Amino acid sequence: MEIGKSCCFSNLTSNVSTLLITITITLVVIRFLYVMYWCGKPLRTSLQPISTLIVLGSGGHTAEMLNLLSVLQTDRFTPRFYIAAATDNMSLQKAQVFENSLVNEAGGKVVELAQFMQIYRSREVGQSYLTSVVTTLVAMAHALGLMMKIRPQVILCNGPGTCIPLCVIAFFFKVLGIRWSSIFYVESIARVRRLSLSGLLLYKLRMADQLFVQWPQLQSKYPRAHYVGRLM
Amino acid sequence: MGDTDERRKCNRTAFVTVGTTSFDTLVRAVDTREVKEVLSKKGYTHLLIQMGRGSYIPQKSTGEDGSLTVDYFTFSSSIADNLRSASLVISHAGSGSIFETLRLGKPLIVVVNEDLMDNHQSELAEELADRKHLFCARPQTLYQVIAAMSLESLIPYPPGDASPVAKLINRFLGFPDD
Repeated sequence: MEIGKSCCFSNLTSNVSTLLITITITLVVIRFLYVMYWCGKPLRTSLQPISTLIVLGSGGHTAEMLNLLSVLQTDRFTPRFYIAAATDNMSLQKAQVFENSLVNEAGGKVVELAQFMQIYRSREVGQSYLTSVVTTLVAMAHALGLMMKIRPQVILCNGPGTCIPLCVIAFFFKVLGIRWSSIFYVESIARVRRLSLSGLLLYKLRMADQLFVQWPQLQSKYPRAHYVGRLM
Repeated sequence: MGDTDERRKCNRTAFVTVGTTSFDTLVRAVDTREVKEVLSKKGYTHLLIQMGRGSYIPQKSTGEDGSLTVDYFTFSSSIADNLRSASLVISHAGSGSIFETLRLGKPLIVVVNEDLMDNHQSELAEELADRKHLFCARPQTLYQVIAAMSLESLIPYPPGDASPVAKLINRFLGFPDD
């Protein structure tokens, strides 16, 4: 008799757990589909300034990003958070110079101070793809901490691998309802016929709200990308 | 003495830059007698090499014997002044160097570093060469490219414009058009 009762009880608990798991998975899938649907749809925002995360990178990436920032209305995209890889010293300095120039231009007007942060790199240039998996996971954990702090409404990135953990986390923030971040990815001007690895990932996984390319060949190859001509 | 005075008056510098990279193959190619001779024949008087992190050290030369004056340095905080005073720029294929040079309207030969893995840089150099904004070469073909180049065939690079992207981003976010 007792054996029978405990049998019934364990059946019941396993049924309840199965039910709960099924419901949770269904909710997550629905939410996921909802996010995928609304990703890439324009927002109807108020005219409030929007917190912006700017991902910098070595080589030409930072120069291209600062070039883009110089035509954006900085009073709309504020507060600004700059992130660069831990091994990249030049980028944050260049961003600092840019921000200082904004303060000078503003004259007496108050300019919200930008913040500058470093992140562990997912992958060094030339690093094997296998070890890159481990380093990317470490970078993810670090990125999660930073993203929880910043929770940006907009993310601007243009190619460095550092943007991938940040964009993946931003995507999960969307799914979990923590923060809706609009992700704008501008492929580097150096990419004429093929997307970079970052660009390709964001394009295929449909994680960027808008992906911009600077050469017409990329527009033909990747129809969901927006061709915007050369920025530099 | 008279010779060098005259050349000082019409100083035409060929400036070689490898940016922050190490590109010994290019520096070696430039440091050959045939490249220096063809540069001289084309009317250049000075050769200045920015060698970056490379380990190959080129030969300096005062150019007293009528040949090219050759000098080099590793880095500078900004090569803008070197670019501005150059009559010809020979550069590695980094997009920063390329566009900084094109913006100054200088004739440019881009040399792609074939030792780099994943050479996406060549895409940009080739595209801009197809559009006749610069000449493209490999270290081994540098001499031929210099010998055959006609600077009049170059088309100035139209300056880029980031405002179309800015407009799209603003519109997407619901900000009003300016």
